[in-house]
Amino acid sequence: MATPNIPLWEVFIRSRNGLAHKHVGSLHATDATLALQAARDIYTRRGEGLSIWVVPSNAITASDPSEKGMMFEPAESKIYRHPTFYDVPEEVGHM
Amino acid sequence: MYTQALNTSEGDDRHIEDAARAAQFQARIDADERIEPNDWMPAAYRKTLTRQISQHAHSEIVGMLPEGNWITRAPSLRRKAALLAKVQDECGHGLYLYAAAETLGSSREELVDLMLAGKAKYSSIFNYPTLTWADIGTIGWLVDGAAIMNQIPLCRCSYGPYARAMIRVCKEESFHQRQGFEIMLTLCRGTDEQKAMAQDALNRWWWPVLMMFGPPDQASQHSDTSTKWKIKRFSNDELRQKFVDATVPQAQFLGLTVPDPGMKQNEAGNWEYSAIDWVEFKQVLAGNGPCNRDRLAARRKAHEDGAWVREAAMAYAEKRRQRSALQAAE
Repeated sequence: MATPNIPLWEVFIRSRNGLAHKHVGSLHATDATLALQAARDIYTRRGEGLSIWVVPSNAITASDPSEKGMMFEPAESKIYRHPTFYDVPEEVGHM
Repeated sequence: MYTQALNTSEGDDRHIEDAARAAQFQARIDADERIEPNDWMPAAYRKTLTRQISQHAHSEIVGMLPEGNWITRAPSLRRKAALLAKVQDECGHGLYLYAAAETLGSSREELVDLMLAGKAKYSSIFNYPTLTWADIGTIGWLVDGAAIMNQIPLCRCSYGPYARAMIRVCKEESFHQRQGFEIMLTLCRGTDEQKAMAQDALNRWWWPVLMMFGPPDQASQHSDTSTKWKIKRFSNDELRQKFVDATVPQAQFLGLTVPDPGMKQNEAGNWEYSAIDWVEFKQVLAGNGPCNRDRLAARRKAHEDGAWVREAAMAYAEKRRQRSALQAAE
C-alpha cells in the first residue's frame, strides 16, 4: 500500500543574535503543533534559535523565477539609490 | 552523511528537449549559478538528482541501524548520550535530504516506498554488521570520515537545495568523526584486548570503507554528465586517494595497522593502496552483503509499525479541521 502524503511545512528560525526569522528548510507534519515540535527536533538540535515559525508550504506565494528579469529590472537601473552615487569631498570626512 | 557512488547519472540527455533552453541551462551551470527548484532544467538532470539525493537520504536512515544496535550497550553514559545524539543527527540528515529531493517533484512517501520495495539503493557500507563496540568507533572515524570527503564538494553542487542541505550536514558531521576517533583512541590506550578489538574492527571495515567512494574512474561510465552539470566535482579515485592520505597517519597515531600489506608511500607523499575487491562491492550492492535482508526488514517493520501513528495524526488533524469549519459556520 502506498504511504499517504502528509502536508509539507516551511520552517523559519530566529537565531539568538536578534536577526529576523530565516528560512531553514521544510518538513512534513499533519498539523501545526506537530510541525512545531518536529521543527524543534530537526532544525534546532544545537541551539540554532530562540523562535520558530512554521508555515504551510502551499500558503506561500512566490515570484516566478523565469520573470526575474522583468521583476527586478526597475531597481537595477536606479544606481542613485545607493550612497556611493554621491560625491562628498574627502575633507568632509566620514558621512 | 553518507553518499557513495550514488552520483551516477543516466547520462541520458541525448534526446535534447529544447536545444536553446538546454544551452542556456548549461551556460548558467558554467557560470557557477545555482539551479533552484522552479528553474527550467533538463529531465535527465532532474532524474539524476532525484535518484542521488533520495539514495543519499535512504543511506542516512538505513545508516541509523548499525549504530542503533549499540545504543543500549554503550560502555558508559557519556558514550551512550553521544551515540544517541549521533544517530539522531543521521535521522535529521535523512530528513533534510528528503526535503531537498522533494523540491524536484517526487514526494517523500514515493521515495520511501521505493526504498522499502527494494527498488532504490543506499550506501553499501550499511550492509556490514557492527559486531563489537570498536565498530562504533571505526564507523565514526572512517565511515563518517569518508562521508565528509564526499560531502564537502557537494556543498558547492549546482542544485541549490542539495548544496544547502549539505552545508547543514557537514557542519554537524565533524562531531561524528571526532567521537569515533576518540572511541578508537580510548581502546588503543586500553588493555591489549581492547587494542586487539580496535585492530579487528579496522581490519573488517577498511576495505568496505574504500569501496564507499564508488567504482574506479576507468570503470565508471556515468560520471561525465554529473561532472558537466557540476553535481560531481571530484572523481571517485581522487576522493578515495584524499581519504587514504588523510587516514593513514591517523591509524599510525592510534598504533593500528591498515590491513593492506602492499600499501606504500610514493615520492609525492601519497599512500598507494592495493587492488580493491570490486566483486565484493557488486555483490553487496546487488543485495548479497552480510546484512542487506536484515536492514530492509528492519526498515519495513519500523514503517509498518508506525503506520497507525501516521493514520491517527492525520485523522486527528482532519477532525480538528472539520470542527473549526463547523464553528466558523455557526
